[in-house]
Amino acid sequence: MSPSPVFVRLAGVSLLIASVGLAGCAHKPKELPPQPVSASTSTQSEAMPPAQPQQSGPVPGSEADFLASVISDTVHFDTDKYGIDGESEGILRSQAQWLARYPGKAITIEGHCDERGTREYNLALGERRANAAKNYLIGLGVDASRINTISYGKERPVALGSDEAAWAKNRRAVTITVN
Amino acid sequence: MKPMILNRARRAVLYLALALPGLPAHAQQQPLPASSAPQAADSGGLTGSVTDDSAWRDLGIAIPAFPTDRSVATGADGGNTEALGRNLARVVFSDLKNNGLFKPTGPDSLPGIGYAEVAAPAFAGWRARSAEMLVQGFVKGGANGQLTVGCYLYDVALGKELARQGYVVSPVEWRRAAHKCADMVYSRLSGESPFFDSKIAYIAETGPKDHRRKQLAIMDSDGANHRFITSGQAVALTPRYSPDYRQIAYLSYVDGRPRIYVYDIGTGHQHLVTEAKGPTFAPRWSPDGRYILYSMAIAGNTDIYRVPATGGQSVRLTNTPGINIGGSYSPDGRKIVFESDRGGSQQVYVMNADGSGQHRITFFGGRAATPEWSPRGDQIAFTCICGNLRVAVMDPDGHNRRFLTDSWQDEAPTWSPNGRIVQFFRTERGTGHTSIWQVDLTGRNERRLKTPVDASDPAWGPVLP
Repeated sequence: MSPSPVFVRLAGVSLLIASVGLAGCAHKPKELPPQPVSASTSTQSEAMPPAQPQQSGPVPGSEADFLASVISDTVHFDTDKYGIDGESEGILRSQAQWLARYPGKAITIEGHCDERGTREYNLALGERRANAAKNYLIGLGVDASRINTISYGKERPVALGSDEAAWAKNRRAVTITVN
Repeated sequence: MKPMILNRARRAVLYLALALPGLPAHAQQQPLPASSAPQAADSGGLTGSVTDDSAWRDLGIAIPAFPTDRSVATGADGGNTEALGRNLARVVFSDLKNNGLFKPTGPDSLPGIGYAEVAAPAFAGWRARSAEMLVQGFVKGGANGQLTVGCYLYDVALGKELARQGYVVSPVEWRRAAHKCADMVYSRLSGESPFFDSKIAYIAETGPKDHRRKQLAIMDSDGANHRFITSGQAVALTPRYSPDYRQIAYLSYVDGRPRIYVYDIGTGHQHLVTEAKGPTFAPRWSPDGRYILYSMAIAGNTDIYRVPATGGQSVRLTNTPGINIGGSYSPDGRKIVFESDRGGSQQVYVMNADGSGQHRITFFGGRAATPEWSPRGDQIAFTCICGNLRVAVMDPDGHNRRFLTDSWQDEAPTWSPNGRIVQFFRTERGTGHTSIWQVDLTGRNERRLKTPVDASDPAWGPVLP
């Protein structure tokens, strides 16, 4: 028997663009020394700075300011692991210090994996990595309500090779500031 | 004047075919008259001239074009029943050939036959062509544009009829009549359950490795009737057809976060599998379609939940630290095989459907992921992370692991409806290109499925009624 013709709207409900994190991948080299905070930004930012449009450099409190102030926006993980190592602790401390200066700012931490795992497990593993970074920041005094997490599993690599160097870069949690 | 109207009507029917959502309908069985050839007894597998169990794989099968009693216009491919008859035979030929099962010869390399010959085969002529088996069919245009397709299978050497079936289908579903015919031939000769008349949901992939567009798409088991369901603006992953093919559960980033939606093919609407706030992954249907399993992360810890497909209260089935994810029901619905890293690395576990009795079943080297219970119940397919990612099968107790593939990265197996073939997706090292492949349980007959673009996450549904 033939089914009655039913017309289908493509994808039905709102196919909004998932914009979160699309633009959030500015990356610094991982090899920076794990010092708590860089000297230049710490001296400039001791007090809450009012907006100083005439001053050159990033707008205080902006994503650009965040990137200029922290050791890195990215922490990395060992294969199939989600532990925060010493280098990552330094990076997250610098992020916590910036967040302490700008209490009105919130962040999203993206969790990512390398391509050498299964898709579904990597989605869960990315979530676990993002939460590991989140929990470390909470331990440093950042309020949990300011931290959102999202996992992209292995779907958004930054290094495109299929070798250990690329995989090491892709096993990461990236912090992005939001208002 | 008259041909023009006919043409317009024909175009309208074709247009309708494109707009139809492909909801499942019964291919109505039609009793056929017996042929003039004597009937062979059905012993549930191959009888007749071939006695070796494995010999059916190399059987030469002749499949001439299906003649029509009277060529009439139809909305099905070909435009009239005479041309359609050739297309029907081509689909039967492709089904049997592409799966590496037989050595068929199709209508484009064979002489045509007369309508009266369908049920009265000229065995002597086919013997001269060294055909061992013969598939003859017919197509008739009927009232309301419906099509009647007949399909006969003969053993040429014995001069006997092995099987016959008839189907009434609408023009838009003409390919299903051919798949049903191929299923009849396959089942009669191999003793296995049919699988050609079924569909696949998957993820179509385009774009560079760091910016892949991933769309939900569906197609018939042979790649025909391909359709994109989502536009690709939001990443879609890991679809699963409901057993009745009316819905697809899949992961979408449409609201910015990974969450499982249940998409209704008939209406085009979709709803969240749960309103709970955590990200959800890995949707799975129970065999009766009444429940959906999903996995949800809370504070980085992922557990498996069960929710009625119609909505309602979720029940958490796992409750251990770590990642518990996926879940595939045994065909009787009583057990669930799933993946967990509670012991330190990804391994396969089995539990009762209510979550009780959880125990690990994989104890070999490497990690084991994405277990899928065969629809026959006798095997579990999974991804072995053993150096490379390889598709393997094992007994339901975790013993007798056998690798089916040996490539750089094969993952996410899904079973054919009869549990004899496993589909999976392969990722190419470096480029990240993906493609869907299938392999039979011998591991020998491996082939790539044709898809319009790169493809991953295949999910094979049951045989249509």
